Amino acid sequence: MYGLGMVRGMGVTFKNLVLPSRQFAVQYPNRKISLLELARENDTNAISFAVNNPIQAIKALTGFAEVPVRLDQHSRFRGEEFAWYEQRCTGCASCAKFCPLGIIKIVTDTSGKYEQDGGKYDIEVFDIDIGRCMFCGLCVQACPYDALHMGSGFEEGVYSRNDLVIDIERLKAAPKKPSTWYRPQIESQNFDPQSGDTREYLDVGRHERPSQDQQVDRWANR
Amino acid sequence: MSFDQLYNLLDRFVPESIDWIVFTVTALILSLAVINAMVLCTALYTWFERRMLGRFQSRIGPNRWGPFGLLQPIADVIKLLVKEDVIPVVADKAVFTLAPVVLLVPALVVFIVIPFGEQSFLGKLNVGVLFILGVTGVNTLAIIMGGWASRNKYALFGAMRGAAMLISYEVPMALSLIGVIILAGSISLADIVSSQGIFYILVQPLAFLVFMAAASAEMSRAPFDMIESESELGAGYHTEYSGIKYAIFQLAEFMAPLVTAAVATVVFLGGTKGIDPIPGQVWFLLKAFSVVFVLLWVRATWPRLRVDQIMGFAWKGLFPLSVINFFVVAVEMFALQEPDGTVTNQSMMIMVGINWVVMVVSIVVIATVLGQGKLQHKLPPQPSSLANMAASEGD
Amino acid sequence: MAIKTEPITINMGPQHPSTHGVFRLRVTFDGEVVVDVEPVFGYLHRGTEKLAEERTYVQIVTLTDRLDYTASMSNNLAYVRSVEKLGGIEVPERARYLRVICAELQRIASHFISIGFMLQELGAFGTPLMYCFRERERILDLFEMLCGARITLSYMRPGGLIQDAPEDFWPALSILMESMPEYIDDLEGLVTSNEIVLARTRDVGIISPELAVNGSVTGPMLRASGVQWDLRKANPYEVYDRLEFDVPIGYQGDTYDRYLVRVQEMRESLRIIEQCVEQIPEGPIQSEAPFFVRPPVGDVYDSIEAPKGELGFYLVSDGGISPYRCKIRAPSFINLTLLKDMLVGWKLADLVVIFGSTDVVLGEVDR
Repeated sequence: MYGLGMVRGMGVTFKNLVLPSRQFAVQYPNRKISLLELARENDTNAISFAVNNPIQAIKALTGFAEVPVRLDQHSRFRGEEFAWYEQRCTGCASCAKFCPLGIIKIVTDTSGKYEQDGGKYDIEVFDIDIGRCMFCGLCVQACPYDALHMGSGFEEGVYSRNDLVIDIERLKAAPKKPSTWYRPQIESQNFDPQSGDTREYLDVGRHERPSQDQQVDRWANR
Repeated sequence: MSFDQLYNLLDRFVPESIDWIVFTVTALILSLAVINAMVLCTALYTWFERRMLGRFQSRIGPNRWGPFGLLQPIADVIKLLVKEDVIPVVADKAVFTLAPVVLLVPALVVFIVIPFGEQSFLGKLNVGVLFILGVTGVNTLAIIMGGWASRNKYALFGAMRGAAMLISYEVPMALSLIGVIILAGSISLADIVSSQGIFYILVQPLAFLVFMAAASAEMSRAPFDMIESESELGAGYHTEYSGIKYAIFQLAEFMAPLVTAAVATVVFLGGTKGIDPIPGQVWFLLKAFSVVFVLLWVRATWPRLRVDQIMGFAWKGLFPLSVINFFVVAVEMFALQEPDGTVTNQSMMIMVGINWVVMVVSIVVIATVLGQGKLQHKLPPQPSSLANMAASEGD
Repeated sequence: MAIKTEPITINMGPQHPSTHGVFRLRVTFDGEVVVDVEPVFGYLHRGTEKLAEERTYVQIVTLTDRLDYTASMSNNLAYVRSVEKLGGIEVPERARYLRVICAELQRIASHFISIGFMLQELGAFGTPLMYCFRERERILDLFEMLCGARITLSYMRPGGLIQDAPEDFWPALSILMESMPEYIDDLEGLVTSNEIVLARTRDVGIISPELAVNGSVTGPMLRASGVQWDLRKANPYEVYDRLEFDVPIGYQGDTYDRYLVRVQEMRESLRIIEQCVEQIPEGPIQSEAPFFVRPPVGDVYDSIEAPKGELGFYLVSDGGISPYRCKIRAPSFINLTLLKDMLVGWKLADLVVIFGSTDVVLGEVDR
C-alpha cells in the first residue's frame, strides 16, 4: 500500500544481512582463514604467532592462508567409489544383471576349471564404469552376499574418460568406506564413512555365518 | 586545496611570460588527483557492492584474491584488458570508440565542483547545481552513441528506449533540486551546504525521495534497470562492446552511484557539516557511504519495472510530486523568509512540520490516481462452478 | 498519416537465461506487443517411454526420477502407485504415511524453485532466488538422510519404500517444521505486498476458468483461475483422506494468483506433514514384492497431484518383467496447451514473466 510493501521488503533483506543464522554459505574445499583465527587455533595471541611464524602470518594477512573444509554428510550418502569385498563376492553377477545401464562387466573363470559345487567363481574382470553410472544403487540392492556397497566420496574426477572405469585391481586395493545405504547392519554399528576408518569384510554382512549344525539342519534335513 | 591556491603556489617559481605553463601544470595535477581518486573509489565500490550483495543473498561475495577479496577489481580489469577488442566491421569506428569515453567523462567532471570542505577543487563556483545538471545530461548522448555505432538493430532499439527513459527523468530531478535552491537562495553548492541549519532531508523529504528516484533512473539502477534487462530478449546498448571499452562502460556505470551520493550528500544531507571533533571530510564520507548503502540495499531487494510503467511513473508520478514540492516550498519561503532573504532555524522547523504532512498526503493522492486500487494483494478467491471437488466427494 | 510497421519474428533460442531449460520460442512482435507464439521443444527428449519398455519395473523407478527433476519423489510415487494398482501389491501403512511426508516435502521444494525463478525473471537480481534455494537446501538435506541422494532419489519401490527413515530424521524434520513458517513469512514479506511485483504481475496473463478446463490445465495454474480441483481431495490416494488440509484457489487466474496459490500450498503442505508425523504408525516399510515383478496382463492409469499438476502413468502389461507400454501424462507438457492464449496480446517484458509462472520443467515436457 502506497509504497509500504516495498519498505517491508527492504526490512526482510536487512534482517537477512544482519542475522548470522541466515548466512548459509560454506566455503569449499578451502576456507580462507585470518590471522586472529590462526592464532586462536594455536592458543596464542596474534602478535606472538606473527613473531614465531612470520611466513604464515604474512600469508594470512594478504589473504592466502587456507584451511580445508569437511562438509557435513549423512552416512547414507550414495557416493561415487564403490566398496567391494572380494572375500564375500561369489561372482553371481546379480549386480550386473540388475544395473539399468549395464555398466558392470563381470568375467569369471574363463579357464574352465570349477571349484566344487557351492563354491565361489574365480573373478577375473570386474569393471564398473562410473562415467555412465547414475549411482542409483540398484546393484547394491541386488547383491545377495553384501559384497558390493555404495561408496561415500564424491571427488572421483579424473582427466581422461577412460580412467573413469574402475577395474578389479582398484576395487581390491581401495580402502573400504561403505555407505550405509540399504545396509541396515552397517548403520546399526553407527559407522560414519567420513570419519576415516574402514570396515572389514566380516563386519558388513547381514547375517552371521551359520554354524555347521545349522547348515546341516537347513540343507540336509529338509 | 582548490585550483586558485595551487596556481598561486606554483606561480611564484615561474617567470611571468610563461604563465600558461603554470596553468597547464596545475590543471594536470588536479586532473590526475581527481581521476585517480575517483577510479580507485569506484574500484573499491565494485568490491563493496559484490560483497554486500552476496551477504544480502546469504552467500559470500568474491573473497579469493587478496585479503577479503580486495584485489578482485584488479583481477577484473586484467581480465578485460587481455580480451580481444572486437569492433564490428560495419560499425562507425569513431563514434564506437568515443561512446564509453563520453559516458565516463561527465561522471568524473562532477567531482570537481563538489565542496569537500570550504570550497571545491574549482574554487567557489557559483553555478554548481546548473553545472551538475548540465554535465550529467550527457549520459543520454553516450547511450545513443553506443547504440547507434553498433549498427545492430536490437542495440539501437534498446538504446532508444534507454534514451527516452533518461530524458524523462531529468525533469523531476531538476525540479526537486529547484525546491532546495529556493530554500537556500543560491545555486552555488558551497552556499547550499552552509545554509543548512537543519538538513534539507528533514525540511524537504519529498524532494529527497523524488531526487533519489530520479537519480536511480538516471543511473539505470534497480528498480529502473530496464536497459540491462533488454538483454533478455533484445540487446542492450553495450552488446557489441568487449575488452577495455566495456570496462570503461562498467566503470562509468559504477561511478554513477558515487556521483549521486556526493550530490545528495551536499544538497540534502549537509555536506561537511557535522559535530566538531570529527573533521568535516569524515562526515562527508560517512554520509555519502550511507547513501551508497541505501542504493545498494534497494538494488538487492526490488524487482524491476516494465518500460511503460517506468515512463508512467516519471510523468504521472514524480513530475507532479516535484511540482507540488516546488510550489509548497515557494509559498513557505514567501511567508516565512526574513527581509534579507535567509530563513531562520525556527522557520525551518515550521517548514519541517508542514512538508512532512504534504509529503504523505501527496504520495497518497498521486498513488491513488495512478491506480493503487488495482494493486490489491488480498483479493478473495472466486471459486468457479466448473470442476467442483465438493460435489465429487459424495461418491 | 499512419506509419507503416511490420511485425518481426525473434527466436528466443534453446539456450536462454529465462526459458527454464532448453525451450525454444519463436515470437512475432508488432512493436512491443506479442502477436504470435510458436513453441519448439524436444531438445531434451531422451526416449523415456521407449526405454521403459526395456527395463524391469523396479529399474524404471530410476528413469522416472529424471522426468520432473525438481520433484523426484512425486514422479516415483505416481509410477509405483500405477505398478501396485496393476499388480495388486499391498503397501503397509507406515510406508503410506512416509510416502505422503516425502511427497509434501517435495512439493515445498519444487514450489521454492518455481517462485524463486519467477522472481528472478522479474528482475529481483537474485535475492528471492537465493532465499528460496537456501530453504530448499534444508529439505534436500532431509532427503539425503532418507535415501542418500538429493535430487534423483529413487526412494520408492513397488510395495513401499526402499529403506526406513533413520533415527535422526524425525528430530531434523521437526526442526525444519518449526522454522519453515518463518521463512515462508519472510519470503512473503519480501514479495507478496511489494508494489513493484504487484504492478508487474497483477492482471497479467489471465486465464479464465472455462479456458483452463478446456485446455486440460491442471495443478496450481488451474486452481489460480478459481477452479476447485485437486486430486488429493477429488480422488484421494495414499492417506490423504485421513488428513485435514485446504486447497487454495485464486481470484482471477493471473500471474500473481499463481504465485499466491503456490505459497499457500506450501503452508498447507506443512500442515499435512505435521499431521502425518503425529499419525504415523510403526511397522514394516515394504511389503515383500519380488525384484522382478510380473503383473498380470492388463492396463492401468493412475495419477497423483504432483507439484506441477496431474502426473499420471498409463501402464500396459503383457505378463512379463517389463511393461509393454508406459505412457506418461506429464503436467508441464499439457499445461503448455494454453501457451498461445496466455501470451498473445501482452508485451515483451510480460512474456518472460507469464512463461515463468506456468512453471514448466523441460524434463517433463520432452521426456
